[in-house]
Amino acid sequence: MGKTIAEKILAKNCGLSSVVPGQIVTSRPDIVLSHDNSAAIIGHFEKLGVEKVKYPDRIAIILDHVTPAATETYAAGHKKIREFVARQGIEHFYDIGRGICHQVLPEEGLALPGTVILGSDSHTNSHGAFGAFAAGIGRSEAAVIWATGELWLRVPESFNIKLRGKFNKFITPKDLALKIMGGIGADGAIYKSVEYSGSGLRELGVSGRLVLSNLSAEMGAKAGICVPDEQVVEWLKGRTDKPFELVLPDSDAIYEREFEFDLGAVGAMIARPHTVDNVDSAANASDVKIDQVLIGTCTNGRLDDLHAAREILEGRRIARGVRVLVFPASSEIYIAASNDGTLAALATSGATIMNPGCGPCLGAHEGAMAPGEVTISTANRNFKGRMGCRDSEIYLASPYTAAASAITGRITDPREL
Amino acid sequence: MIIEGKIFRYGDDVNTDVIFPGKYTYEPLTPEQMAEHALEDLDPDFVKKVEKGDVIVAGKNFGCGSSREQAAVAIRAAGCSAIIAPSFARIFYRNCLNCGLFALTNDQIQSKIKTGDKVKIDIDRGLIEVESGVFEFPSPSEDVVGILSAGGLIPFTRKKLEEKRGI
Repeated sequence: MGKTIAEKILAKNCGLSSVVPGQIVTSRPDIVLSHDNSAAIIGHFEKLGVEKVKYPDRIAIILDHVTPAATETYAAGHKKIREFVARQGIEHFYDIGRGICHQVLPEEGLALPGTVILGSDSHTNSHGAFGAFAAGIGRSEAAVIWATGELWLRVPESFNIKLRGKFNKFITPKDLALKIMGGIGADGAIYKSVEYSGSGLRELGVSGRLVLSNLSAEMGAKAGICVPDEQVVEWLKGRTDKPFELVLPDSDAIYEREFEFDLGAVGAMIARPHTVDNVDSAANASDVKIDQVLIGTCTNGRLDDLHAAREILEGRRIARGVRVLVFPASSEIYIAASNDGTLAALATSGATIMNPGCGPCLGAHEGAMAPGEVTISTANRNFKGRMGCRDSEIYLASPYTAAASAITGRITDPREL
Repeated sequence: MIIEGKIFRYGDDVNTDVIFPGKYTYEPLTPEQMAEHALEDLDPDFVKKVEKGDVIVAGKNFGCGSSREQAAVAIRAAGCSAIIAPSFARIFYRNCLNCGLFALTNDQIQSKIKTGDKVKIDIDRGLIEVESGVFEFPSPSEDVVGILSAGGLIPFTRKKLEEKRGI
């Protein structure tokens, strides 16, 4: 019987000849990822009664959530992590300023095709863009992997989302992801592994696949895996010397549900407050006045996203009363965008260039909102209170739409600017 | 094991940001301090009224969003013993088991109860008793019972590691 990518990767990782959906297996993750929450994970780890982590080279810790530390409390957490990392000999540690964990992990060659990546962050799904089985877990679970190298997993059923066609001008993988979300719903893929396949994947590139895999979390998915190809191999060149295998689904693999999307049929999409599947076309929201624009996050803070913002903002001025915050997802992206003039162009239009990191996406610092305010954001969540204020509203959109809205002060379809 | 208390009724897609706001997630809080913020942006009255043994009955996809474990820990530390919903977000579900909070699946009871109703849950027999009737839920699997009965994943793993070392 044919197998999906998730079934093949999990079987190999668990040392089994094959696995079936519903089976409980003991996985030995190739990488366990955590960030600022490592301080809390250390607390759990210390209760387990072991001195040393089992496999220091399988642990990746990247400080990104509240960086630089906003308060003494956060600073103390970061210090605790630095001391632990030194004591335990954890080599894959990236301090503040390196960027968002889901961008830095692949840049450092640690998100490889065919591997199992578990992370105590719900957007760990992102690494499925490289053909890895990548899933979010809790903090206690991360501590248990640090101590034992293992964690139980339930083998998920799989969905197949086939993509074909080409995007129209100003339409991006984010618009596609929002369209998929609107169709499948915020709980439509709970516990499932969502596989993305078809000729449309080539059109997305690696950056666009990261958007789809990242947003799979918002459908409840356990994993969001793009069928890996030579684009992935090319992207990883020079980033790792470890061998890896492109794990492909069998042609007769069993999928619980199948969907097909034509990239050419996607328009400029938004998600209205306060759920990610509350999807509408940007044009239908042109009456919504905005106060803040957030361009960045693990969903849309890559170089092509910053270039999209530049395409719209260069030579124009941001509307009076609107503030635009730009967070490159990593230092690598920051440097590239600085060298090619993108950051200067964005700043000239009135945008504020911020440091690589998560920024205000989770509401802890660097751009909190006031009651009654509206943000249009390239992030992945628009939950009530998400950006620190329960009486504010968040609309999700692509970098093009977010930038176009910054010019007009209202939600704007970039094709109508 | 029997859980007995009153019901708090909530809707669909209750997310972890309204259960435990992100602005607190990187503060080193004790479970008791986390409990003070439980459901803060959904129902500010919850922490004032909740007592040991109380049960949340909610709609689909409870706990969607962030992986933050505090969402489950805060609810449990506030006194709530179980959550009943048609479906749970998967990381939240794992977090519940890992901190010893029962997450029970049932999609029939929601329309038959309201906030304040009395409820009795028999975990071993898989039964939920309310005034309007008796409802069933699938008993948790063996692996899950092991973790829950140890009081969560950390004590469960500690015990396993000690057994391995022959302590």
